[in-house]
Formats: sequence, structure tokens, C-alpha cells
Amino acid sequence: MNNTLSVAKREFTTFFASPIAYIVLGAFLLVSGWLFFATLIPNGQATMRGFFGLAPVFFMFLVPAITMRSLAEERKTGTLELLLTMPLEDWQIVLGKFLAALGMLGVGLLFTLPFAFTVASLTAPGVGFDWGAVLAGYLGLLFLAASFVAMGLWSSALSKNQIIGFIVGFVICFAFWVVDKFAIIFPESIARVLEYASVDYHFENIARGVLDSRDFLFYGSLTLAGLLFTTRTLGATRQ
Amino acid sequence: MTRRLSAEAIDTGLEIIFSHSILRTYQQRGRMPEAGKCIDSRPLTLYRERLNFLPVKGPMSSSMIRIERLAKRYGTTEALKELSFEVPRGQVVGFLGPNGAGKSTTMRILAGYVTPTSGKAFVGDLDVTADPVAARRLIGYLPENNPLYEEMMVVDFLRFIADARGVPRSLRSARIKSAVERCGLGSVIGKDISQLSKGYRQRVGLAQAILHGPELLILDEPTSGLDPNQIVEIRNLIRDLGQENTVILSTHILSEVQSTCSRALIINDGRLVADDAPDRLALGAEGGMVTVVLASRHGSALDPVATRRALEAVGGVVSVQSADSEGDASLGFLLRYTAEDPRRSLFEAAVKNEWVLLEMHRAHASLEDAFRKLTGTPQKAA
Repeated sequence: MNNTLSVAKREFTTFFASPIAYIVLGAFLLVSGWLFFATLIPNGQATMRGFFGLAPVFFMFLVPAITMRSLAEERKTGTLELLLTMPLEDWQIVLGKFLAALGMLGVGLLFTLPFAFTVASLTAPGVGFDWGAVLAGYLGLLFLAASFVAMGLWSSALSKNQIIGFIVGFVICFAFWVVDKFAIIFPESIARVLEYASVDYHFENIARGVLDSRDFLFYGSLTLAGLLFTTRTLGATRQ
Repeated sequence: MTRRLSAEAIDTGLEIIFSHSILRTYQQRGRMPEAGKCIDSRPLTLYRERLNFLPVKGPMSSSMIRIERLAKRYGTTEALKELSFEVPRGQVVGFLGPNGAGKSTTMRILAGYVTPTSGKAFVGDLDVTADPVAARRLIGYLPENNPLYEEMMVVDFLRFIADARGVPRSLRSARIKSAVERCGLGSVIGKDISQLSKGYRQRVGLAQAILHGPELLILDEPTSGLDPNQIVEIRNLIRDLGQENTVILSTHILSEVQSTCSRALIINDGRLVADDAPDRLALGAEGGMVTVVLASRHGSALDPVATRRALEAVGGVVSVQSADSEGDASLGFLLRYTAEDPRRSLFEAAVKNEWVLLEMHRAHASLEDAFRKLTGTPQKAA
């Protein structure tokens, strides 16, 4: 575990030592904040639903932007050889990278908390603000982020090109988001399957406050699959 | 306990206490080594850490590296073709060969970065493919081109390496301090690696490799791209490290092997073509050379044919060639010899034939000649 954390720590501090961190997180906060308040005011409802509804779309861009350099950069600069000759298991390296990227997203999410406080302060007097929904929303986002990070890591492991890492990551995340968007044109049985494969569908369940183990299981298996793929791809470097 | 420690200072009581706590560590981690494997290097590595990295002679097999019929194929190209050799503990071995001969591939296999197609490689007693993490624990590795995390400060980088290498927290700063001192990094410890000169970068790479007190140092072209002063510094450092570690280094610079290594392995096209002490290899190739410039004691000109014949008769000389002379009255020759140094006999011959030895100079045949001859690629021999 210590080894894993040492990898995570290095990754995390390096990220925040580079300008990329501030550009990526800044862009995320700017766009999400603007879209959030742009929908909040006309709606006139003091909820975070607008933000949580858009968050999966933001994350499709944000997460691959964060994970794209994670392994691709190491491959490009050759430090991967250094890392892979440390007495670490491949999965420890992958897990370290995963935790670091998730931590970065966590920091990004932390900066969106003012949205919640703003909305809470705008709530009409006498009406309680639904903190439970906010909490559920953030919990859902964290699980959604975890699965996106795992898939983004895998695409970053594929080559030494960050752009490829970003685009492949984005496409995979997009695929899991878009899959149920046209479910309506399919027969019921197929629509159900498509729905189950959608990250959006499960996120909405959690954000609605329905804590069903099936939703968590979905994100859990997606994350695990992504991490296993990454470990395999990384291991193939040794061939 | 079957474990033996070389440091006599450690009494048995201490040993039992330590081994006990080590075994407990393993039990806690749920990774208790099997009975037979108890004598492997993992507990010993821990020993070294506990005892502030006292150099411990392992109770394992005497060889540090054992490579058996190692082969590696990349697609259709065969980088290694059944390479076999063994390196005993404490030896400093130079690994020579033209580009693409398989030096880096061999080192990467030992370091666990490349998986062999067939054959086996052992570090200590550990098979690098069957027990990769444990094997890597014994190794300090400086990869070719010395990749480093450019954006990190030297000290942060070394801290990361120490953590990743599993150096206990309590020993971390002491280990970093000693590596920094050894590699002369004190003045740049707070700088970003990207700001460093090539020489300093190389030292960071070496510091990284020796940080955890490894039993085996694998250095892939440690002096490439350095200026002559830096090369000498790094070479001295390597010689220093070779006092207590097993070192295997690859290089293009043949004089480096002659000055730092006790053994040279030359590989060509994935096969071992020579394995001997560098000086002996050099001798085996061409022998030595002596240049002489002769004149007659009587001031008259020497007869070139007769003189040549007389020189050919000198003991040890195998061939005589004309060489530069000094003016009309003298004759120059280049003599080659294989084993016996002919200078003494040359002097006697000069007395007997009434020559004056204006000059006599012996030049060692270089490893370079041996290298060219063995690898058959003179244009590639740097």
C-alpha cells in the first residue's frame, strides 16, 4: 500500500506543480459555473439538479484531460522504464495513478461546493434546502468519475501520445454516456439493456437519492474493468 | 537460524531478535515465505535495512547474475541468441558490443523491464520472470539515456525513489544523504532536474540507483554524452561502488572497461564472443607493439635488410615492419610480439650488432583492436 501511495503522491504533486492542472480545473469551473448559473436563474428553483445533470457531460472532457498524460507521458519521456523496474507490482502502479487522478478530480469537485452554498443561500425563507440530494449527487459524481478515470487511464496506457490518450478516453466515456440516449427507438427489452450500460442512467439513480447497490455495482465493475485493462496493457510493455 | 551475516559485529542475540521481527513482518503481511525459501534474499534485504545497510554477504549462491541460454526475439529480429554467462558477487563487469548487439536487452531483462522469449535469468537466486518484484528489490538500475522526472526537484525525486523502493521511513533521509554525498549532488539538491547539466543528471541517475543499497548495480551506458572530466568523475564513482557491490555496466568506450572493470564480456549479434580480463583480451588480440629507431655506432648507414633480419631473430618478436626513422643515418621499425616482452632482448641485440637505440617505445595493443576483431564491425566500434 505504501508503494501505491508513493506513486499516487508523486503523480498528484507533479500535477499541481504544472500549469496544466490550473488550466484544466479552471476551464472546468468556468464552464460548469457559467452553465450552472445560466440555468439556475431562469428556472427559479433552488436545486443543484441543473449542475448534476450537466456534470457527466463535463466529466467526459475533464477526466480524459486529466488522465491523458498519466501513463503516456511516462512512456514518452522513458520514465516508464524507471517506474517498471521499481520493486512494484503493475497493479500498484496503476492503482497509484488511479488514486492520484481521482484525487485531482476530488479537488476540482471541492471547488464546486460554493455552487451548493450559493443555492442554499438562495433558498426561499422557511423552505429547507435539500442537502441530502446534494450529498447523493456528489457521491454519484465520485463513482462516475472513478469509472471515467479507469477508462481514461487505459487509453493513456495505450501509446506515448497524449492526444491519443485524450481522444480514446473521451470516445469511451462518450460511448457509455450516449448508449441509452436513443433507447427509445428500440424495443423495450433492448432499451433496458442499453439503459443498464449507461453511466448517465445510474448516475441519475444515485443523484435522485435512490441508493441501490446495482448502481454502485455498475460503476464498481466498470472501474475494475478499466483498471484491469490498464494493468494488462502496462504489463505488455515488458514484452 | 541458517542465515549468516558477514558483519562479525552482530552477535547472535541481535540476529535472533532481528530475524524474529522480520518473520513477524512477513506473517503480518500474510506473505510468509515458505520454509525452503526462507533463505532467500528478501529477509536479507530487510536485514540490510534494519542494520543500516551493512554490506551483507548473502548466504545464497555465489553468483550474483546467472544467465542461461537467454533468447529474445522482437518480431523477426533476434536480439539475443542463447546468451549464457555468470557473474560472481563483487565483480565489476564491463559489457561491450556494437550498437544493437543486445547489451541493453540483456540489462533490461535483468532489471525486469523486458521479458525473455526463452531461457532464464537469475539475480541472486531469484528468477527474474518467476519472482520479478523480489528480484528487482536487489537491483539498482540506471537505464540507457537516464530517464528522470524532469519537473521534480532532486530531493523530491530521491524521496520518491526511496519510497517506491521500500526504504523504511526511518532510514530514508540517511540513505538520501549518503547517496547525495557519494554522487556529489549537495549543491543541486533543491533544483529541478530539468535545470541540471548532463553531468549532474547522470549523477542523479546514479544516486537513484544506489539509494537503497542494492546488491547488484546495472548501469546502461553510464558515461554516454558526458565530457571527459565528467567521465572521469563518474568512472571513479563506479570504481568506488564496485568495492562493495556487484556492478555490470555497458559502454562503448573501451578504455572505460580497461580502467574500471575486472572482466569484460563482449557480445556481438546476440552472442557472447569474448569473456576475459580486459588486459588479457587486449593481449590476445594483437599482442603488444614496440617501436625502435636504430643507428649504427660507427656513424655509417645501417643495412636495412640485415638489420631487419637481425630484429626478426630477437626472441618474442613475431613481425617486423618498417616505420618512421630520424634522418638518413637511422632506421625505424615497428615490432609486434604476442606474449613475451622483447625489450630486454632488443637491447642485447643492439649491443651485439653495435646499434645505437635512439628510441624504444612499447605500446599496448588496445582492447579496441580486440573488440574490432571479435565483433567484425570496425565502423561501429566507437
